[in-house]
Amino acid sequence: MVNSLKLETKDTDLLGALQNFFKSLLGIDEIQAILVPQILPMKNMVMPVLISDPERLDGVDPLSPAFPMNGAKIVSKLTRKPIGGKVAVVLRPCEIRAFIELVKLKQGHMDEIIIIGIDCLGAYKNTDYFQYVGEDPKESTQRFYESVLSGNGASLENVELAPACKACEHPVPEHADILIGLFGLDIHKHILIQTQTEKGKKITDNLELPKMGEPPERKTAIENLIAERIDYRDKMFAETSAATDTLEKLTAYLANCINCYNCRVACPVCYCRECVFVTDVFNHEPSQYLRWSARKGAIKMPTDTVFYHLTRLAHMSTACVGCGQCSNACPNGIHVMELFRTVADRTQKGFNYEAGRSLEEFPPMSEFREDEFDEVVGIS
Amino acid sequence: MENFEPSIIAFVCNWCTYTAADLAGTSRLYYPKNIRLIRVMCTGMVDPQYIIKAFLEGADGVLVSGCHPGDCHYINGNYKARRRIKLLKEILPQFGFESERLRLTWIGASDGIQFAEIMQELVSQIKALGPNAAKLKMVI
Repeated sequence: MVNSLKLETKDTDLLGALQNFFKSLLGIDEIQAILVPQILPMKNMVMPVLISDPERLDGVDPLSPAFPMNGAKIVSKLTRKPIGGKVAVVLRPCEIRAFIELVKLKQGHMDEIIIIGIDCLGAYKNTDYFQYVGEDPKESTQRFYESVLSGNGASLENVELAPACKACEHPVPEHADILIGLFGLDIHKHILIQTQTEKGKKITDNLELPKMGEPPERKTAIENLIAERIDYRDKMFAETSAATDTLEKLTAYLANCINCYNCRVACPVCYCRECVFVTDVFNHEPSQYLRWSARKGAIKMPTDTVFYHLTRLAHMSTACVGCGQCSNACPNGIHVMELFRTVADRTQKGFNYEAGRSLEEFPPMSEFREDEFDEVVGIS
Repeated sequence: MENFEPSIIAFVCNWCTYTAADLAGTSRLYYPKNIRLIRVMCTGMVDPQYIIKAFLEGADGVLVSGCHPGDCHYINGNYKARRRIKLLKEILPQFGFESERLRLTWIGASDGIQFAEIMQELVSQIKALGPNAAKLKMVI
């Protein structure tokens, strides 16, 4: 099933080679369209674009350090019912893992899509990307991947990777049908095309790409990167735990929250059509506020902020893939991702579960057995 | 602290623990008035949100109590409750809520005596823990 192939990049640059590769996929095995990040012709911004016409593939830019939204939500929109054709979707590893969670939650299916995962170089926060990107977004992307892949790091012009990316221990896609490998390769000569499933192999068999072995440098590069990320992640866990270990501190941590619910909207795995927090349940009687204020002496307005975040932690931390879009979407700079990842680490370990790890494992809140977790029962 | 009377919210299922509370009452058994029973059809309908809300409103303890494993009127509602309690016990202690404030028990319909005993024991345990820090906080 695993089949390693070589994609030449000698005659063009990396983005050009990827563009040609995507072009060659259209039409194979009834692939009708490709969902891939592209520089928008109307603005210097990179967004997912669903492309059917091969001529419109100019400007595809899946390596840009822009990550405006988690694409799993888009793929869920495309696959919640039969789509009537095949679509290849180019995703970051965290987007694939989020989509796996959504499939398990019955919010999409895998049948009509081919997942193409690219080694993830990370991304900047939205506001940082705007600061970084110049007049020529393609050139900005080139500078970014050249720097990262030549070992000079992702910090350019005083802009650093988003904390979620710095703490990400999954830079290489798992569960992609086709993986595009960049780490540990000489990207000016060739990159790696690796099939991870039968579906992927069936497609690449049509491409007549030469075989190649996986170079040992790749393994080392990936191991080093993951070790660095885990280091950062564990420090982040410790700092966040210390910053929130009492209700008082948690309240301070979330003090800027204005109930905009952007974090929930941006979250790829928060999938309820209607969130309880926007229903009439939270349209309190005006007199309720007075009663709260009288009982507690003073209440911070708007109310229900700590309640909202704790509830969201309970409802979806077991599905959190750590993509960081919650922090990206927060208008007031609350470190939402850090809090969610720290709690998710505990809740997922508590159920021996890891979001996005496998399609077969049931989400913790959807599987129940007679004989389990006896330690939480009883009052002794 | 001597005079601390905790408020404890108990979500009890219609078919087992509520019936046991009823039995305790008709048998004229004593149990402390600190327990506020909320009857639900099944512990499987107790969303973690209800428990979080109770704590943020100042409850000193929350009990969820339903049928023994295998006895659930809806086959597996109590197993769902158990996973949710497990989940909350992973989350809440991280923010300073003592794990002992949240309890899950199985009390069957005929266990009136056990119901009264468990409530007395629970109240004395929560009294020992002291008041919930959320009581006077300016957040909901």
